[in-house]
Amino acid sequence: MHKHIALPAVLLAAWILPAGMALAEEGESYQHAGTDITDTESLQRGARNFMNYCSGCHSLKYLRYNRLGEDLKIPAAEVAASLMFTSEKPFDGINSAMPADSATWFGKRPPDLSLTARAKGVDYIYSFLKGFYLDKSAPWGVNNMVLPNASMPFVLQSQQGLQKPVFKNETVDGEAKVVLTGVEPLLPGSLKPEEYDQFVRDIANFLDYAGEPIKAKRQSLGIYVIAFLLVFLVIAYLLKKEYWKDVH
Amino acid sequence: MAVVPENTGSGDAGGLLGWIDARFPLSKLWREQVSEYYAPKNFNFWYYFGVLSLVVLVNQLVTGIFLTMSYKPSAAEAFASVEYIMRDVDWGWLIRYMHSTGASAFFIVVYLHMFRALLYGSARKPRELLWIFGCVIFVLLMAEAFMGYVLPWGNMSFWGAQVIVSLFGSLPVIGGALVEWIRGDYVIADATLNRFFALHVAALPIALIFLAIAHLMALHEVGSLNPDGIEIKEHKGADGHPLDGIPFHPYYTVKDLVGIVVFLLLFCGVIFFAPTFGGMFLEAPNFEPANLLQTPPHISPVWYFTPYYAMLRAVPSFAGTQVWGVLVLGSAVMVLFFLPWLDRSPVKSIRYRGPVYKIALAIFSVAFVILGLCGMKPPSGIYPFLAKICTTLYFAFFLLMPWYTKLDNVKPVPQRVT
Repeated sequence: MHKHIALPAVLLAAWILPAGMALAEEGESYQHAGTDITDTESLQRGARNFMNYCSGCHSLKYLRYNRLGEDLKIPAAEVAASLMFTSEKPFDGINSAMPADSATWFGKRPPDLSLTARAKGVDYIYSFLKGFYLDKSAPWGVNNMVLPNASMPFVLQSQQGLQKPVFKNETVDGEAKVVLTGVEPLLPGSLKPEEYDQFVRDIANFLDYAGEPIKAKRQSLGIYVIAFLLVFLVIAYLLKKEYWKDVH
Repeated sequence: MAVVPENTGSGDAGGLLGWIDARFPLSKLWREQVSEYYAPKNFNFWYYFGVLSLVVLVNQLVTGIFLTMSYKPSAAEAFASVEYIMRDVDWGWLIRYMHSTGASAFFIVVYLHMFRALLYGSARKPRELLWIFGCVIFVLLMAEAFMGYVLPWGNMSFWGAQVIVSLFGSLPVIGGALVEWIRGDYVIADATLNRFFALHVAALPIALIFLAIAHLMALHEVGSLNPDGIEIKEHKGADGHPLDGIPFHPYYTVKDLVGIVVFLLLFCGVIFFAPTFGGMFLEAPNFEPANLLQTPPHISPVWYFTPYYAMLRAVPSFAGTQVWGVLVLGSAVMVLFFLPWLDRSPVKSIRYRGPVYKIALAIFSVAFVILGLCGMKPPSGIYPFLAKICTTLYFAFFLLMPWYTKLDNVKPVPQRVT
């Protein structure tokens, strides 16, 4: 049967290669967040940052406070004292402080962020939080590299400071255009650039956790499952060999 | 406690088994279908995908039953109920990933299973009906997968359903009314979700189970073919059993077990380490709830439909209607049913065919994969052109088959399996 292995191998490769190419091409060029879902301390900092700076407007309705406490190893009393800002039950989903009629405040209701990491990816969140820049024409005085004309005000301005846009004159198809190529620091914030990177990396990591709370456990459990199957494969193969001894 | 006797060969044994056998042909069924079903001894890699289809079918049925216990088939609750399964139901995440990965795995093993038939002539006389049952299973599986994909009520579910259901609208005269009848509303809505749920969890699984049984009954009636494409029943020993056959049990039960474990290694690798498979098995826009006011950036079906989706888009509208693409899509599936009669080669297996069929099959395989790729991409750049070429190649493979298979320089076929 070994001489017939080549064909299936080629066929499988033919399937996988274009798929890989397809995925590689479609990926947007976001900054790499470098998050680690197994880093509990980063997740705890991310939870704190989220509750302090994001939960005023954004909910995480599919994540319960008590689940958050269990998974991130935060004692229940600590969750109640430091993370539950509105008087909710521990088994409630994380709500924002926004009243129901707040849709008009920013033009649209701030979205729930439970699944943003799954829908857009952690790199998107990381790049978004690093992508605000000064734009006097925008309602809140800032615009965003990742999500142009975002309706969100820059709530982390005191941490990051303010960035200004860098424009370049380009000729596209014979037409002169002004293209936004990047941002550069304008005013410093309370955090150094690398401290701010870690600050938003922790938020992105926490939102990755919030998108799929089982993720870290799933991966560690998977190692045992694969190890079991490998052992079972050896046994199954030896069994097959034993039975097939008399087939010629 | 009844003791099961050693001798399970005859139907007149005593004990519990004897009692059952006097009332139900249990031992007889076991003998005829398993322990004395003689299969060719030279099955290779390609012969694992039948049993793997069965493994995945059982996986889908069992995990599906458990998902149904917590899923809510309503437009208002469906999306949140899936997140409830993923977060609050004990092991719900595992059951959901087994089901969602199982859907893609089903198409992988079924496509490879069908490709096996093209390699070794498994569809040829006397296995035409066996092949046709298989084709019906494939069609129902597509319907089952499509409706299952709608159930999580994510934004891609919603817009995918919108696009696919509207295809029926291009049919002349009845189109508009037909689409409304399928949806039960003027848009994809709660009524649509409810009926898709009914079809996905009751009607189609029942039909699939019956057809899978019919497929196996037809197989065991005519016997399995093999990589040499010759009938082992033509050479029987003194005991009346094929000389090149071995009992399915224990030989192929233990061999298939090895194949199943290898499959489970890959399957569990996806479930535990890459359940979305980079957005191919679970697509990123489907983590946002259905939104009538906002289309995803690029609507495309899941990977297993993309070859056919590419064919649909490859056909331009003509004489003021887009119905031609829909007809091509339907024909691409329907042409499979005629395979046993299109192939006129004197030999069945690719091992004894000439270069013409080998080249034709290679071109067909590459064209199908490229179509799959085109279907994932937006219809711009080189992709529409590639899709047109490959659609033509796909149909040429089948429609020209009666001629090129006859022309081919075949090699002599051995009497016994090699």
